[in-house]
Amino acid sequence: MENLITDEALSWIGKSDSIIEVEVSRRDIIKYSLATEQKQDKFLKGDEAPPMFVAGLSREIVSLEELGPDGLAPTNFGPRLPLKRVMAGGVTFNFFRNVEPGDCLVFNRTLTGIAEKEGRTGPLIFVTYLITCKTKNGDSVLEQTQTRILR
Amino acid sequence: MIKICDLIVGQELPARKHTATNVSLFCYNAAIWNPHRIHYDEEYTKEVEGHPAIVIDGPLQGDWLCQTVLNWIESGAELLEFGYTNRKAAYLGETLSAGGKITFIDRDTGIVKVELFLKNEGGEVTSPGMATVKFRV
Repeated sequence: MENLITDEALSWIGKSDSIIEVEVSRRDIIKYSLATEQKQDKFLKGDEAPPMFVAGLSREIVSLEELGPDGLAPTNFGPRLPLKRVMAGGVTFNFFRNVEPGDCLVFNRTLTGIAEKEGRTGPLIFVTYLITCKTKNGDSVLEQTQTRILR
Repeated sequence: MIKICDLIVGQELPARKHTATNVSLFCYNAAIWNPHRIHYDEEYTKEVEGHPAIVIDGPLQGDWLCQTVLNWIESGAELLEFGYTNRKAAYLGETLSAGGKITFIDRDTGIVKVELFLKNEGGEVTSPGMATVKFRV
């Protein structure tokens, strides 16, 4: 199998992205809860955010001109890799605190691993990140280990 | 409200079916601000990215798995850990079935572990998952 991951790419392991700060609004919780067909009133009324709501909050927001032909924001954080099509991989969350309207959350993303595997239809590259989420006061909200698959 | 004393290993969680539509996928991707074209541009999805149809977001499937746990425990326990893997793509038009079962119970600490699944109509698991919850003891 051809080695798709260079030493330069591997040197990114351990580096952190710029911090993202998010203010949580009740309206955003309600929109998410309706779109995901939540059943519990606390989510549908926006009193508390569904746990997976937080997963989308650290997504980069860029101008339309910056979006790539696939519609995705350019991945400025991370190495250049030869495979370009992105699929969501696995994710694991550890939860420490509920998220409510008015919470100000601080996300920090660190690249923790890059690995090449052979898929059924060709090579795949797995990129893993550790995303921490805390309140502005420093209380841990959650930790998220995320994998993106490039094919 | 569900209590840990009522649980046994192997017990199944309530199942639920999910059928994404063009509208629900639009609302979801707008809510999370995800402009990836494989979730709304059918021609691009097929011709450029090689999928047979519009792709149901992996994190949306993750949310459906998470709801399987949350709607089961309601307010009787707290969710400590949750994870999932998108093993196989799922497409617009498919109905996915969410479910799970208990794999571990510690009645002293209140810790209960469950395994979760999202299956397509062919019975294939598109997204397996797991969760750890803590009941009051």
